[in-house]
Amino acid sequence: MTTNIILSGVGGQGILTIAAVLDTAALNQNFFIKQSEVHGMSQRGGAVQSHVRISDKQIFSDLIPEGKADLILSVEPMELLRYIPFLKKDGWLVTDSESFINTPNYPKKDDLIEEIKKHPNHVIVNATEIAKSIGNSKVANMVLLGAASAIIPLSEESLVQAIKTLFQHKSEKIIRLNLEAFSEGKKVGEAIIPLPAEK
Amino acid sequence: MVGKIEPLPHTHIKFKQMKSLLLGNEALAQGSIDAGLSGVYAYPGTPSTEITEYIQRSKLAKELKIHTTWSVNEKTAMEAALGMSYVGKRAMVVMKHVGLNVASDVFMNMAVSGVNGGLVVVVADDPSMHSSQNEQDSRYYGKFAMIPILEPSNQQEAYDMMFYAFDLSEELKLPVLLRMVTRLSHSRAGIVVKERRDPNEINLPSDTSRFALLPMNARKQFDLLIGKQDALIDHSENSFLNNLTLGKNKNIGIIACGIAYNYVMENIGEDESSYSVLKVSQYPLPREKVKILHQHCEKILVVEDGYPLVEELLHNYFDSNDKIKGKLSGDLPRTGEQNPNIVGKSLGLFGNKIEPVPSIVTPRPPQLCEGCGHTDLFNTINELIPEIGNKNIFGDIGCYALGALPPLNTINTLIDMGASITMAKGAADAGMENAIAVIGDSTFTHSGMTGLLDAVSENTPITIIISDNSAVAMTGAQESTAVGRLKKICLGIGVDPDHLKTIVPLKKNHEENVEVLRKELKYKGVSVIISERPCVRLSRDQKEEIKARIAALN
Repeated sequence: MTTNIILSGVGGQGILTIAAVLDTAALNQNFFIKQSEVHGMSQRGGAVQSHVRISDKQIFSDLIPEGKADLILSVEPMELLRYIPFLKKDGWLVTDSESFINTPNYPKKDDLIEEIKKHPNHVIVNATEIAKSIGNSKVANMVLLGAASAIIPLSEESLVQAIKTLFQHKSEKIIRLNLEAFSEGKKVGEAIIPLPAEK
Repeated sequence: MVGKIEPLPHTHIKFKQMKSLLLGNEALAQGSIDAGLSGVYAYPGTPSTEITEYIQRSKLAKELKIHTTWSVNEKTAMEAALGMSYVGKRAMVVMKHVGLNVASDVFMNMAVSGVNGGLVVVVADDPSMHSSQNEQDSRYYGKFAMIPILEPSNQQEAYDMMFYAFDLSEELKLPVLLRMVTRLSHSRAGIVVKERRDPNEINLPSDTSRFALLPMNARKQFDLLIGKQDALIDHSENSFLNNLTLGKNKNIGIIACGIAYNYVMENIGEDESSYSVLKVSQYPLPREKVKILHQHCEKILVVEDGYPLVEELLHNYFDSNDKIKGKLSGDLPRTGEQNPNIVGKSLGLFGNKIEPVPSIVTPRPPQLCEGCGHTDLFNTINELIPEIGNKNIFGDIGCYALGALPPLNTINTLIDMGASITMAKGAADAGMENAIAVIGDSTFTHSGMTGLLDAVSENTPITIIISDNSAVAMTGAQESTAVGRLKKICLGIGVDPDHLKTIVPLKKNHEENVEVLRKELKYKGVSVIISERPCVRLSRDQKEEIKARIAALN
């Protein structure tokens, strides 16, 4: 069984950190993983995405086929919608409600939210606000990972361990911030997402 | 309906050892170290950059004293790698696809001279042009030079292939071309590593005349190269990298090249036994295997990322071409990279209705970073465009190429590394007044210096702006060989010291900078303006290091 996750956002918003947590946790649980990412010119303030595939058997394509994503996890609402063709029927959308506006023709925020809500399985969370209240808006990505964790086929224990591993060279404070962000996000997600099967 | 997403069972797959999660580029790099590499030579270029960076960061590579310093360009890199091979050691040269154009002189000729220590040329192609000006297919270069080409389909194969590539190169005494593509370069997977092989000792060639390509030697060597071609095909025929599986389905046989194999398997994975598939990861093509597939199936679909190289070859192999399907026949798109959907459709396997991108979504193109010095420079130039016209700015390859996009709209051209100076010169030769070249510091040392000498030797009326941010910024702020040397280089080439100016592109200097540019445009000869401000992406440590390097040089 393969779980397909698309991570999306704007270059510099920290989606590769989310990917790295997923990778580390998946590897620790001995799953097969493939994770593609964007390097180079497109990283400069442009739309970026990462395809993460986790499976108990060999994975062939580095890219997720259209219509096959179980989850689109976005740190920005318009960037979530950019990858809708990848979403499978009954797949989940999880996004920060806060926009990152660096183009003159960015759509109206309310219209974006309305468009997202057309899909029944969605979690729209003000991750930036939650991250700020914890102490640093940069950990919004971990709030979102927490919010989506009920849909991700990895145990909470291994996700938490992966966060600790990834930030081990940083200060205790930064590790604590990220863990708190993850846990706050998890609360929000679990209030919306029906309880998943046992992990 | 979250119940549908079941958590994965906790199967504990037994690995011989813990896997490392590596990008395709990193897997290849680790493979090269473990296969006895003595030196990597490269100029940064997306999607190839991480190969060299990985070796630069590797503790093991440091212990083994593997050479890892960036080269000035792909040509100098490849020549240095050939020098290392001449001495008997294993060398690798790494570049993006268009870099091979720069290095093509030595590339074509070292196929004739042959190599001594194993030499692997790693070229990362960029189908779909994620970060490039074209999507040229490097396999054509390999075919042109008549050397073996390897094309991994996944990360583990990229790792394993390095051992084979060096062995093959030493056995055949030929360079081996290893072709990567963006998707494999920039995708991670778990890698199992093998036992490491020690680097070679120095072992000079027994006869050096084959490296002295005077016509009489070159003719002999070229005959030898032609003579090796059958052996190359034999190697492909028996290679573990080329597998033929014959299935029950006789309607369609699939030739899946490199990464395209994954997209084929993604579609037929469940149904593997019924399809006939020839997986190709080594060229020249294994002719016999191709013939067997051709006889077994009513038609053949060639799935390859890049140009239709294999499809074209098959047209020469068989009398009737109706059987051959691919990009030329219109069964697959002629441009852009492959993906599981495109390949599935060509196999008649992917019919799902896909929800389109909502119309509310607007494009978000890349742009210069906030606070970038290039932006201030472009604002300075834009101030003068009403006076000089809006078609006079010749750009080059780097972050500043983004100055061709709105809202700046400064740059008119970008073609290849260094072309800003020489195109401005040609335009000035034709009578254009106020031709301006904008080139980065690293692009200038890569390929701009020779063009500057052309302009200086005729004192052509052009104004060259070197936008010096002390880094190879676009590929991730690698060390620039230009740091601390630009002024001396310009003076050494013969730029008039009165027309070698320095500006600092900051808002507060705007008026002053506009005046410097206006004045130099009036001068009817070569002016060089160095616009100096470090890349905003450089860390404090990197900036300190650069200051120290400049101080040491001056």
